[in-house]
Formats: sequence, C-alpha cells, structure tokens
Amino acid sequence: MNTSALIMMILAQGTVIGFAVYFFYRVLTTPPKQEPDSYTDNDDETLRQGD
Amino acid sequence: MAKNTEAWGSRIGLILAMAGNAVGLGNFLRFPVQAVQNGGGAFIIPYLVCFLLMGLPLLFVEWSSGRFGGKFGNHSTPYIFDSMVKGRILKYIGVFGIFTNVAIVAYYAYIESWTLSYVFHSLMGTFTGMSQAEVAGFFNSYVDVTHSTLGIPYEAVIFYVLCLALNTFILSKGLGGVEKVAKIGMPLLILFGVFLAIRGYTLGTSGASDLFPNANAWEGLNFLWTPQMDSLWSPKVWLAAAGQIFFTLSVGMGTIHCYASYVKSKDDIALNAVSAGFMNEFVEVVLGSAIVIPIAAGYLGLDWVLNNAGFGMAFQTMPYLFQQWGPILAAVAGVMWFGLLFFAGITSSLAMGTPWMGFMTDEFGWNRTKGAWSFGALALLIGLPTVFFYQEGVFDDYDYWAGTVSLVIFAFFEIILFAWIFGMDKGWVEINRGADIKIPRFYKFVIKFITPLLLGWVFFASIPSIVDNIRHKDTYNHTAFANVFYAENYTPDTSVTGKVEEVDDKNLKLSFTNTRKRFNKETEESYQEKFTDFKEYHFKEGQKTKVNAGDIVKPGDPIATGEFTNKVFYKNIGRVLLLATFAFICMLVYIAFKKRQKEGRATI
Repeated sequence: MNTSALIMMILAQGTVIGFAVYFFYRVLTTPPKQEPDSYTDNDDETLRQGD
Repeated sequence: MAKNTEAWGSRIGLILAMAGNAVGLGNFLRFPVQAVQNGGGAFIIPYLVCFLLMGLPLLFVEWSSGRFGGKFGNHSTPYIFDSMVKGRILKYIGVFGIFTNVAIVAYYAYIESWTLSYVFHSLMGTFTGMSQAEVAGFFNSYVDVTHSTLGIPYEAVIFYVLCLALNTFILSKGLGGVEKVAKIGMPLLILFGVFLAIRGYTLGTSGASDLFPNANAWEGLNFLWTPQMDSLWSPKVWLAAAGQIFFTLSVGMGTIHCYASYVKSKDDIALNAVSAGFMNEFVEVVLGSAIVIPIAAGYLGLDWVLNNAGFGMAFQTMPYLFQQWGPILAAVAGVMWFGLLFFAGITSSLAMGTPWMGFMTDEFGWNRTKGAWSFGALALLIGLPTVFFYQEGVFDDYDYWAGTVSLVIFAFFEIILFAWIFGMDKGWVEINRGADIKIPRFYKFVIKFITPLLLGWVFFASIPSIVDNIRHKDTYNHTAFANVFYAENYTPDTSVTGKVEEVDDKNLKLSFTNTRKRFNKETEESYQEKFTDFKEYHFKEGQKTKVNAGDIVKPGDPIATGEFTNKVFYKNIGRVLLLATFAFICMLVYIAFKKRQKEGRATI
C-alpha cells in the first residue's frame, strides 16, 4: 500500500473504532435510571443513576 | 382493547437490535463498491461528513420521535406522527413507516434465503472444483425457480418460505425474540467478519495464478484507500456518499421509531443512538472494506474488481474465491461469509416486522402471534412475484420503489415534520430528555437547516430517475405485450451501436464497442480502455429475428417479430401489488382513526 492510502485507512478506521468503542464503553459503564425504567432484565440491580 | 406490553430486556439488547437493524448486506457489498467508484480513500471524507450532518441527526430524530409516540401508547409511525402533530393528513405520511417494511421484507427475505441455502451448499462442498463461470452459473440456475440444485423441486421458493417462516416465528416471540437473535447474531457477525477481514489483509500476492498473474490483495486495498482528492469537488461523489449513509443506517423506514417507542421518557436515547450508529459504521468501514475488495483483487486482480465489483459478487464470485483456500477452509469461510450475511439480513428483516405488529396491537388489539403471522402472510403474498419473476426484473423494481424511493420520501417529510412542524425547540428537548451524553448544541442548527437541505437535495436529485422509472425509460420494450422486439442499450452511453455478427431464426449475436477500466501501476490511476464486447438475444417459439449478418443495429431498432410478453408486464404486476399494499395500509389507518373517534381517543 502507498503511504497516503495507509494514512487514510488508519485515520478513517481509527476514528470509527475510537468512537464506537468510546460510546459502547459509556453505555456499559453508565448506571441505569431509577425504576421503573425501560428494561426488564435489570429490575433486581440496586446501583442506579442518582444513588 | 389489548394493551401493548412489549419491553426490551436490556439496554445492550436494544443497542444490538438497533445496530442489527442497520447492519445489512450493503455494509459488506455496497459500501466498498461505492468507495471504489467514487474517489477511493477520498470517498470517506464526504461519507463521514454526511454521517455527522445527515446520519446522526436522523438517528436522533427517529429515536426521539419513537420514544415520544411510545409515551402515548403508539408504536408505529402513523400514530407516532399523529401524537406529535395534530392533523388528519400527517398520519398518512406515517403509512410509509409500515408499508416500506412490509414491501422490503418481501424481497429481502429472498436474499436471506440465498444466504441460508449457500451455507448448506458451502457445507456440502457444492462449489468444490467449480470454475468462476460455473459458480456464477450456479447462482443463475438457483434463481431460476424451475431448476433445482439440491434435487428439491422449487428449491428457491422453499428456502424463501422457510426464511419467512423463521422470521415470523421469531417475531411471534415479541421483542424478547428479536433481542435474543441480535445478542447471538451481532457478536457472531463481527467474529466472522474479523476472521474474513484478517484473511483480506494478509492475502497479499499469494492468490496470484497463471490466469491472473498480477493479482494482489494489497492493490485492492491501495485503490480503495488512496485518496483521489479531485473527486471531492464532484457533486456526484457527495450524492453517492449521502445515499450510502442514508441506506446503511436504515433511517427513513419506521423501524427505529418502533424500537425506540418501547423506551420510557426518562431513559436515554442520545447515547443509544450514537452507539448503535457507530457500531454500524464499525462493521461498514472497518470490516466491510476489508473483505470483498481485497479478496477479489487477491485472486482476480484489480482490473477485474474495477469492472465487476457489485452486489452479485457475494453469491457469484466469493464461493469461487474461497475454493482457492482448500476444501476445509473453503467450507469454513463459506459458512462464515454466508452466515455473516444471514445474520446481517435477519436482524434487519426482524426489525421490519415490528412496525406492523405494533400497529395491529395498538389499534386492533392483536396479540403477537396474530401480528407476526399476518405480517408473514402479507410479505409472502407481496414477495412471491419477486421470487417467480426475479429474472424479469421484479426484484430490482421492488428494491427501487420500496428500498430506495419510499425511504427518501419518508425521511424528507419526517425531518420537515420534526424540525419545522413539531418544532425544533420541542424537538431539542425531546432529544436531550434523559440523555447520558451531552449533544453539542450545534446539532440543533444542523437538524433544523442542514439535514433537511441535504435530504431535500437527495430527494430532488432522484426525481428525474423516478420519472424515468415510472415511464420504463430503462427499456425500449416499454409495453407489456408487443409484436416487435427492439434492441436495448448496449452500454449506459445510448449512442453506442452494435453490428450483427451471427444470426439465425431464434438467436442473435451483436458486437459493440464497450469500455472497461484498467489500473496503471506506475501512475496508480485508473483509465478507460475500449474493447469489443458481445450481446446475445435468444428468442422463443412464435418469435423470429428480423436482422441480417452485418447489419448495424442502434438501440431501439426492431430486431425480432412475433408475440412478446415484455418484462414491463411483470414489473407492472409488482407495482400494482405495491400500490395495493400502500392503499390497504392507508385504509387500516383510516379504520383505526374511525375506531379511535368512536372510543374518544382520536386527536382531531
């Protein structure tokens, strides 16, 4: 691959991977809202936003 | 009145289902081809700009509209829009949000059934020892429904019905079923994609053969990513980028509204929307660019890719390429490739079932089972012409009207409705309600002005092709029945003429000058090269050629006489079915409105 193609690929893919991982990490680490929330699986969880 | 009691199990499940809705076959087949054809690496610049200015805003609009409508117990776009804006007419714009899904799933389930069938064929070793032409021919025999590749009569129809039944069965389990499939399907899709992408990146020149001595996977990646900056000034490239963003995110369909309508008002939609959106971008930009183009360039060379890259590669080329890895790895790669496409397909088609089910539950009190099976039956009824008349162009016609035009119309009207009729101030509050991230205020301006302008551009730019399609301008044989058959265009350039090389009563072979792309390794640029190409016509009983060897035949010149039933006839059957479906859903919305009036629930 030539340099400009390599730079373009790394920049584009790096940006997309970076944002995708960052936002998914935020989803995983944000505590749920107080019950009743939209999700049924977490009804027994105690750690919630605002606690 | 039965209450809609559906709920998402978990936030991750919702995001995976939403990402699965967006990730489709286009991520692996449409994106890399668009990039190759529109400036290589430079394509990513307008593509990402359009993602930020059109894709993300539309995701915010659809997620927040859906959640807003859900607050009033509405889970499909006709009454989601009705809860946003009081007016008798606007709910009928929402009809697109049900119609598009029923119509798309009707033909999309057919592609899904090919992937399922090809998984079996890969496992059975059907493609072992086949040449590239034989693999391509296998696909053509498969879609000829009277032909069987497994010995099962009407095999393609059976796989299609099986696929629809599978979708319907999962849908009958409600959102829980959809969520389970997304939780299994999405990680597997990414796993399979990573395996094939690693192969794409490491293939290099090892796939070169006597037939294609210059084949080199790196050249494919090189061409895909080398930025041709002059292409940035071309409106065509920007339009292609806007179109790709639009279709890849599954916006303008009504599925996002439906999924989001089961989210409570206080829960986040902003972070969910960007997370699902970027997950789709990951699959498209990172995995989608690393499979088809480099693997095809690695075995067939860049020149082949430049002239043949397209949707058909998935079924007509990839099984042949996998054979070069030996029988065991070919079976594994085949299962992974078609499995990946199957998961990409089914997570999207399941999403398409939910607006209909939500509507029937909200308005007529139908339970999940009744909603799911009625959806399956409706899709089967509309979809059978795409299966039986695939080669007559009905499939492509559905894709154009339901999978392209309807989406653009719907998205254009919904953004106007949200930003200008519902009001951007109220809209901005809705988007930010319960948000787990802070959306830059700049997006308020973007949603109000930039996104409608971009969508308006995409919409108005497509009007000439819509008019041409209505008038069947793509063919010179534009009547359903005729006594004369006319020569079609040889190339997109309508001035190209052909010369009759061989002719008898039933067969005709014409030569014409075509152009193909070549890649110059020294300058690293592609150029056009002229070559002599051939076009053949084969006529049936009761039809007879009326040209002689050496004749020059222009597009639109009569070449045969007899009794002809043109493709237009079959396409018109499909169009009548699509229109009837739209009218039927409009009628249901009207009946629901009358019912609401009677029950004192109508808004106006």
